[in-house]
Amino acid sequence: MKKTAESRWPDEVHALLKQAGVRQVALVPDAGHSRLIKLCEQDKSMCVVRLTTEEEGVAVLAGAWLGGEKGVLLMQSSGVGNCINMLSLPLACSFPLLMLVTMRGDHGEFNPAQMPMGNTTQSVLEALGVIVKRVDAAEDVTEMVSSTMRLAFNTYRPVALLIGQRIQGAKDFRKLTQSVKK
Amino acid sequence: MSKLLHRREVVVELLAARGNALVIAGLGAPAWDITHAGDHELNFPLWGAMGGAALMGLGLALAQPKRKVLVITGDGEMLMGLGALATIAVQKPRNLSIVVLDNERYGETGQQETHTGHGVDLAGMAKAAGFAQTYNVRTPAEVSRLKQRIYAGEGTLFAQVKVDMEKLPLVLPPREGSLLKNRFRAALLGPDAAHQ
Repeated sequence: MKKTAESRWPDEVHALLKQAGVRQVALVPDAGHSRLIKLCEQDKSMCVVRLTTEEEGVAVLAGAWLGGEKGVLLMQSSGVGNCINMLSLPLACSFPLLMLVTMRGDHGEFNPAQMPMGNTTQSVLEALGVIVKRVDAAEDVTEMVSSTMRLAFNTYRPVALLIGQRIQGAKDFRKLTQSVKK
Repeated sequence: MSKLLHRREVVVELLAARGNALVIAGLGAPAWDITHAGDHELNFPLWGAMGGAALMGLGLALAQPKRKVLVITGDGEMLMGLGALATIAVQKPRNLSIVVLDNERYGETGQQETHTGHGVDLAGMAKAAGFAQTYNVRTPAEVSRLKQRIYAGEGTLFAQVKVDMEKLPLVLPPREGSLLKNRFRAALLGPDAAHQ
């Protein structure tokens, strides 16, 4: 079966991270990252660090770089709000930090609670001085991860790529209230 | 006179045996304490990032499994990032030790009480999270044993060291983040670190 761009990017991004020598994968799960997370967990050359809150990952990856290792932080947009003060660490010390953020509160959101953070993710990060890039088409994700990663590691700063909700599709909670068909 | 341990004496004793260990200090008094013991290229004293010291130690310990990593921080700093105990316990790096100098106070902001003065047992929380070794330390003999255990490296270690709430002159490390980072990386990774 031929894979569509929607289903292909997590595999391509995993291969890209691996090739770039990214070893520590710090994450709080998001449905939009589930395939990429699975690939990283299966990869013995990677070390998946499960976090209780996203800000932990900012500190973990600063420690990784101090020790000579590259990492990536995977999270959903609500997690960006949890990171704000901890981002002072890479900003004040010029630590490279690659953040891949799957968006909620974005394209066709159902859940009102996702809107305040989702709608301000980019402006909050930019207000702090984090470089933000955004991708809204599945066929562009791999190239955007590649260019964002280069910005982070070549110019020593925190950089976030926002992966638009349109790419993963909005969850329809009403559908999920119906019993699961076997 | 207080029978409690004195934080600077504890830190001097622990760091005298450091060898090639990598040291991270939480913001405030622990950063002044490690600098009092002697500024060192393989020290990374934090000036902020409250709640992040132990986690920075985790990332470093995972990146450098053959080096001992020692995090020295305070009770207020540790309390701000308690989730770290769970995150670290899951990874179980054998080379990571976390020492909390617990004066039961937020020392930098006017000696306000922290939770540890009201019964919160950080070492107990670390043990419940799954740390291989957890210690409550109150005497000089226990500090000596703690020192041996840190450098023996027999599993992820957490120690809560009760210390006096004395007010001490600050001993400031360099505060420019890039300098702290680059000198640490150069000392650890060699000159090629600048070209990573």
